[in-house]
Amino acid sequence: MKLFGEYCLILFKSQLQYRASFLLLSAGQFLIPLTSLAGLYFLFERFGSIEGWNFYEVALIFAVIHMTFALSECLSRGFDMFSTLIVNGEFDRLLVRPRSTVLQVLGSKFEFTRIGRLLQSAIVLGWAISGLSVDWTAWKVVVLALMIASGTFIFTGIFMIMAALSFWTIQGLEVANVFTDGGREMSQYPISIYQKWITRFFTFVIPFGCVNYLPLMYILGRAEDGSGGVGFLYSLAPLAGFVFIVPCLLVWRVGVRHYRSTGS
Amino acid sequence: MKAYVSVFKLRMANGMQYRIAALAGVATQLFFGLIFIMILVAFYRHGGAEMPITLPQLAAYIWLQQACLSLIMLWFRDNELFQLITTGNIAYELCRPTNTYGFWFAKLLAMRLSSAIMRCIPVLFIAFLLPEPYRMSLPPSPVHLILFVVALILGLIILVAISMLIYISTFITMSPTGSLLVFALSGEFLAGLTVPIPLFPGWLQNIIYALPFHWTADFPFRVYSGHISAHDAWLSFPQQLAWIVILVGLGMIAMRAALKRVVVQGG
Repeated sequence: MKLFGEYCLILFKSQLQYRASFLLLSAGQFLIPLTSLAGLYFLFERFGSIEGWNFYEVALIFAVIHMTFALSECLSRGFDMFSTLIVNGEFDRLLVRPRSTVLQVLGSKFEFTRIGRLLQSAIVLGWAISGLSVDWTAWKVVVLALMIASGTFIFTGIFMIMAALSFWTIQGLEVANVFTDGGREMSQYPISIYQKWITRFFTFVIPFGCVNYLPLMYILGRAEDGSGGVGFLYSLAPLAGFVFIVPCLLVWRVGVRHYRSTGS
Repeated sequence: MKAYVSVFKLRMANGMQYRIAALAGVATQLFFGLIFIMILVAFYRHGGAEMPITLPQLAAYIWLQQACLSLIMLWFRDNELFQLITTGNIAYELCRPTNTYGFWFAKLLAMRLSSAIMRCIPVLFIAFLLPEPYRMSLPPSPVHLILFVVALILGLIILVAISMLIYISTFITMSPTGSLLVFALSGEFLAGLTVPIPLFPGWLQNIIYALPFHWTADFPFRVYSGHISAHDAWLSFPQQLAWIVILVGLGMIAMRAALKRVVVQGG
């Protein structure tokens, strides 16, 4: 953990060497989700609500998902760019070091310019919360924090699996975009609005639903009807994101064992 | 003989790489198309009041968007031209006995077309087979189809002319990021790639119709689905042509100005 912090610090310093470029890129990142947000806003202006969800409720999810995406892109950029490590054979160097490969790959790159996107989502989050009439309890705040942390784990897990696949394919796979960018676009809305098979897949296989729809039901107090236990159960759903990382780590392990240097 | 076989094998493997990349692109586009339509279906289910565009028309709109993505995306990654400018290899380019503007224009056009051909047919094919309400519909008449193709081609020329302006601006800023990113993003927003333009509020639509961006994607797609009648489409072509003249003219002037004071970077 200490090592991870040091990796962070060194890369942060190195990126700050190019201050102007850093600021420009951060500003760009700040603006990227702005058009999606504007789109969301105008759709709600036209339609009023989507399946009984109002703008602020969806904006809350929107903010949470974009935050987690920004965080995971910032922290696990190393996995996102991993195929380059394989292609030029640098992964060999990581293997001979006496630390875990996961840590080293994580530490190989951080993308701090995502701070812009994070900031933007944080503002949206504040806006959404101020527009919602939720009586916040300590546990609800914890659940919200859990949603963000857990979502970060999910995206990181997907990046990790895709990186592990490049042990076999050497090249990065564009199809990963379905799960990263696609997952992001999709989970901007409560996942219940989609077809059943999509909802199921993205709840039980890749648990986006567990950081978006289920805990939101709890926070908004919609899960209370029926037996009282359901609401609490929903609030625990974000934990699925942490569980999701386990099989990802396993795939990574298998991949590392399978690894053959490209030699160059 | 052995050499030919191995060369053939290599070329095949190389081609396969691209095919898999294209296939992955198709899968991504299909997924995005499905998701967007599902969101719109959910919105429409409880929409209540009369909507400015019907759901099947929207489905066609979305699928055409996904299928023709490389024809309508303002930000088509071609770092080669940027590198030419920032590394100074532009000097070679200037030695060519052709008009630089025309040369780049043709290059950008060809790149977009080749990428589109590989991807659009499978996406559309599957989109036609999907169950309602996701199915891609046929245009109301063959006339609409022809008008759509004309509108799309004119739109493509407008789009490339806009992207040329972006490239030319690199001569001045020397960095393709930052402000250009903003330019590309807002351009795509104004072309209806984030939300179909008929769904925008009226005041925003009025702004959008005064800008060139919606001619590249929004207009041809709505001609296809019959949301814009054949008569109106005919009347709109002169506007598209006018934009082409304006944008290409601007681009040529800007290019000449930029090349006059070009400083070749590095050696």
